[in-house]
This record gives sequence, C-alpha cells and structure tokens, in this order.
Amino acid sequence: MHSFWAVFKRELKSYFTTPLAYVFLVIFLFFSGYLAFKQGFFEARQADMRTFFMNLPLLYVFMVPSTAMRLWAEERKTGSIELLLTLPITVTQAVLGKFFAAWFFLAIALALTFPMAITVCYLGQPDVGLIITGYLGSFLMAGGFLAIGCFFSTVSKNQVIAFVLSVVAAALLVFAGMPTTLDYLSTFLPAGLVSAIESMSFRQHFESIQTGVLEFKDLAYFLLLIVGWIAASAIVLDERKGA
Amino acid sequence: MIEVKELRRSFGPVVAVDGISFQVEKGQVLGLLGPNGAGKTTAMRMLACFIRPDSGTASVAGFDILQNPVEVRRCIGYLAENSPAYGEMTVGGFLNFVCDARRINGSKRKQALDRIVSMCSIESVYHQTIETLSKGYMRRVGLAQALIHDPQVLILDEPTDGLDPNQKHEVRRLINKMAKDKCIIVSTHILEEVEAVCSRTIIISEGRILVDSKPEDLKQKYQCSLDEVFRKITKGRRT
Repeated sequence: MHSFWAVFKRELKSYFTTPLAYVFLVIFLFFSGYLAFKQGFFEARQADMRTFFMNLPLLYVFMVPSTAMRLWAEERKTGSIELLLTLPITVTQAVLGKFFAAWFFLAIALALTFPMAITVCYLGQPDVGLIITGYLGSFLMAGGFLAIGCFFSTVSKNQVIAFVLSVVAAALLVFAGMPTTLDYLSTFLPAGLVSAIESMSFRQHFESIQTGVLEFKDLAYFLLLIVGWIAASAIVLDERKGA
Repeated sequence: MIEVKELRRSFGPVVAVDGISFQVEKGQVLGLLGPNGAGKTTAMRMLACFIRPDSGTASVAGFDILQNPVEVRRCIGYLAENSPAYGEMTVGGFLNFVCDARRINGSKRKQALDRIVSMCSIESVYHQTIETLSKGYMRRVGLAQALIHDPQVLILDEPTDGLDPNQKHEVRRLINKMAKDKCIIVSTHILEEVEAVCSRTIIISEGRILVDSKPEDLKQKYQCSLDEVFRKITKGRRT
C-alpha cells in the first residue's frame, strides 16, 4: 500500500510544482462559471445549480483528457516508466496511484467552484441535497472520463494522440445520450437497442443523480466504467511498458 | 546470487535475447560486453523484472523473477540506460520519493540520504531540479537512487556512458568500493571499463553468449588487447 501512496503523493505534487495545475484550474473555473451564468442562471429565477451542472459533461469532454493524457504517455516517452516499474511496486499499484492522484486533483478543481454554491445559498434557499448529489455526480463523471483518458494514455506514447482519442471516446459516450442522437437512432433501430445505448451514455446517469436520487444503477455504472477502463489500462501498460 | 537459465525474449520478429545462461556470486562484478543491439539492456531489464522473458527463468537473491518480481526489485538497485528520472522534481524530492517507495522512513531515511549524498557527491545539486542537471550529475542521481537502500545486487546499464574521464573514474571508483560485499552486473561497450572494474566478463552478441571468462584469461588466451579480443569474437561470429 505504501507504494501506492508514494506514487499518489509524487503525482499530486507534480501537478502543483509545474504550471499544469494552475493553468487547468483557471481555465476550468472560468469556463464552468461563465457557461453557468450565460446559460441563464439569473433568468431561470431558481435557487439551484442546474445551469452549472448541466454544462459540466461537455466541459469535461475536453478538460479531463487534457489532465489524463500525460499520465502514462509522458512516462513512456521520457523513460521514467523504467524507473517507476523497477521499484518494488506492482503495475496495478502504479496505475491506481496515478489515477487517484489525477482524480483527487479534479476533486480539488470541483471544490474550488464553491463560490457558485455560496452564491446560490446566499441568493435563495436551495435544496442542499440536490447540490450535494450534483457534486457527487460530477465527481463520478470526472472519474469516468479520467479512466478513459488513462487508458488512451497507455496506448500511445504521443500525448496529442492520447488526448484526441480520449476526447472522441468521451464525446461518443456523452453524445450517445443526447435527445437528438437518440431520436435519430430510433428511426432505424429497435426501441430496446436505443434505450440500451441511452443507458450506456454518461448523460442519463449523470442527470439521474442530479435529480437528487442516488440509485444503485447509476453508481454502479460509474464504478464499473472506472474499474473496466483502469483494468484495461493496467493490462495494456503491462504489455507495452518495455516497448 | 543471480542465476540465469536459458532466458529468451523477442520483440516481434527480432530475437533480442536468445537463450542466455550464467551465474553471478556475491563479491563478483560481471561485465556484460557486447556491440550495440546485442541484447544487454533486454537481459538486464528481464533481471530487474521490468519486462518478462518469453521463456527461461532467472533468480535473484533466491527470488524467482516470474514468481516474485516485487521481491526481486526490493533486493536490486537498478540504473537504467540514460538514467531516467522525473525532471520536474528536485534531487532531494526525487530521492525522498524513492525512499517512500522503498519504505525507508524516519531516522533510517535521514541516514540513508546523508550517506548516499556524500557517496555520490550530489550535495551541491540537492535542491536543484533534475531537468537542469548536466549528464554527469543526472547519472550520479541515478546511481544514488540505485544505491539508497543498500541493495545486495546492483544492475547498472552503461553507467559511465557519455561521462567525461573524471566522472568515469569516479563512478568506477564507486563500483570498486562496493564490489566486495555486493553482486554487481555492469553492461558496457567500453573495454577499459571491463579491465578497470570487472572480475568476470561475458561477451554477448546477437542475443547469445559467446564467451564467459575473466578479462586477464581472455587476454592471455588470445594474446592481444581486449579490444582485439572483442573484435575477433564478435566479428568472427558474423561470418
């Protein structure tokens, strides 16, 4: 376990000793706030963070792969992977250590949006439970995107390729659940298949959590997604680390 | 301490290591000598449990590389080619990370750091970021991380490659100092290094061991310099 913590600590520190964290945080916080207000936060005249949360999937599609792309691509390119994996540490511990460090960093980014929550609480009397489940859903969704990004980072040594592939995969999973896509698909696919595709998309589960109800199927979706992609990352990394 | 039996490894159609076997005991410094592309790095990576062999096996300090890779890595100090490290970390931060991963804590960590910093002469760069270091210093930091846990076995891949003559001398002096109570494998294609440091040498070419002998014995047998011996053996193989 201590090797997991060693990797976790090192990775988290490296975010903040380079400009990476600060650039990411500024851009993320700016756009999440800007989009929330632009989408009609005041016009809606409701004390909730709906306009804030509804933009997060699209924002994550671009921002999370930019964090994930360097997880393994950089290590393989610079050769530091040979150093890391010849320490008394298993591949699984290394993959998990890096993943959780990146996830924790994204949690910090989410936590720094607290002024939004304070604004809503100050201006009205929001349902705090909804805000909490909204943040939980966002956190899980970030983890899902991150797991996908982590996988593509193990697949390619080139960070740009890793980034593009993760964005495409994440976008597919988000857009699969959009009403326009589902309408189009239902013109030639049977209803059962369309609803299966919908339930594989991020949106349905994210919005379901946002309604304030924590259903097992939504939590299971995110957990299975994360576990699946991370396990795949560990397998690919084990095969390709020497290459 | 190190026993290698018929290790074999290919990368696609290229056979990098083609059934090598040897043994190294404590107190010996084995020089793995060979032309570029001979399979030295691949062999060392297999011993350090970084990559898995296609067939064959090896044991380090009693631990099998396939069954107990983590234990093997615990006993080994490994310096990879070009001594990779995390460029954005300071030397001190990096060594602390290695201590974290190797479970060296508290007062033991302080002692280990003090010992290793003076042994590898890196006091002056302790607070500098690694990416700003010169090649010589980076190599010393690499050596420091390989030695910090005082391992029984050392595997050093071209430890003096690209260093200036003074730095080469320093590294060789360090290896000689540790040779008595450790089992060391050094890979090189610098022949004077073999004479300076190694008690035994294996000449490897195209994945196969051609010769396993002592440097003095080789020179006596072929009645020429090690340079000539190397050329005769490796070039002779190709025809």
